[in-house]
Amino acid sequence: MKTPEEIFEHLTSQFGEDELSFESRDIGQPWIAVQASKIREVSKFLRDEPDLLFNTLMCLSGVHYPKEEELGVAYHLNSTRHNHSIALKVRVPENEPNVPSVESIWKTANWHEREAWDMTGVVFDDHPNHKRILLPEDWEGHPLRKDYVQQEFYQGIPTGE
Amino acid sequence: MGMLDKKYHDSNIIIVSLEKALNWARKNSLWYEQFGLACCAIEMMATAASRYDFDRFGILPRSSPRQADVMIVAGTVTLKMASRIERLYEQMSEPRYVISMGSCSNCGGPYWEHGYHVLKGVDKVIPVDVYVPGCPPRPEALLEGFLKLQEKITGETIIGEKDKDLEAVKAEIIDSNKDED
Repeated sequence: MKTPEEIFEHLTSQFGEDELSFESRDIGQPWIAVQASKIREVSKFLRDEPDLLFNTLMCLSGVHYPKEEELGVAYHLNSTRHNHSIALKVRVPENEPNVPSVESIWKTANWHEREAWDMTGVVFDDHPNHKRILLPEDWEGHPLRKDYVQQEFYQGIPTGE
Repeated sequence: MGMLDKKYHDSNIIIVSLEKALNWARKNSLWYEQFGLACCAIEMMATAASRYDFDRFGILPRSSPRQADVMIVAGTVTLKMASRIERLYEQMSEPRYVISMGSCSNCGGPYWEHGYHVLKGVDKVIPVDVYVPGCPPRPEALLEGFLKLQEKITGETIIGEKDKDLEAVKAEIIDSNKDED
């Protein structure tokens, strides 16, 4: 079992500190901010390294940061072997919201990434089935974006009052 | 019942107008379409179960819209579901009735303002005969809805159109209110 700080040290010994940073606030669990381009390598390392063995992706969520005009993805990982957990966060600009998919590392990510795409509009590169999961295929926009404006009609049916 | 009053003595003949006989048959065999959309469906199931038992009114579940007389829209109608509801309604044979059960299908319910995915009332896609309020309505309320529907069917005529009759009934009510004033 490792603390988040120890996990971060383990990661920086492998990847250096350029693309990773350890962050924490007064409340809530700390997280490791990762550059989007590195997320797949870091994930694979976290899963396969014998001292870490993060074999479970507990949750993957899309986030919208309207002030920074950025989108984010939060990964919550857990190791059932070592009983430790960590959160990873990735930020990408709104106009180029591409994040590499981690579906090849944890199969759980498949539907979670589709949901993040559906709700916030994060694009997951190399996702095997990159389409909406909850809303219909012909829906316009991503509803959990803070600047979301609902379409007036869906297939001729009024969506408002 | 009213019909048995005119029964001929010692025979099985009943004299009654065709309309009344039709309406009597219709209102006592309201087969409903068996599908639920949200938590209202649980109350609908409770209404069908032994305690409230709406079988005793001849209200039976059918698994095909082609065999059903009534559609109970029991729950939240999402926009994704709205077109399916419309198609199910179109597949029902006439005369067909719709009971909108619960706040969600009446007007959008708790989703009326911020629910981007919810249709704000099922009456935007299909005509509704009876609205049952509640969130979810208790079985008694759904039963009351069915009794209201039975009342409505009792007043139907073969020649007149369903909706025209409704307008006439409304006008009557307004007139009677005026008289009271």
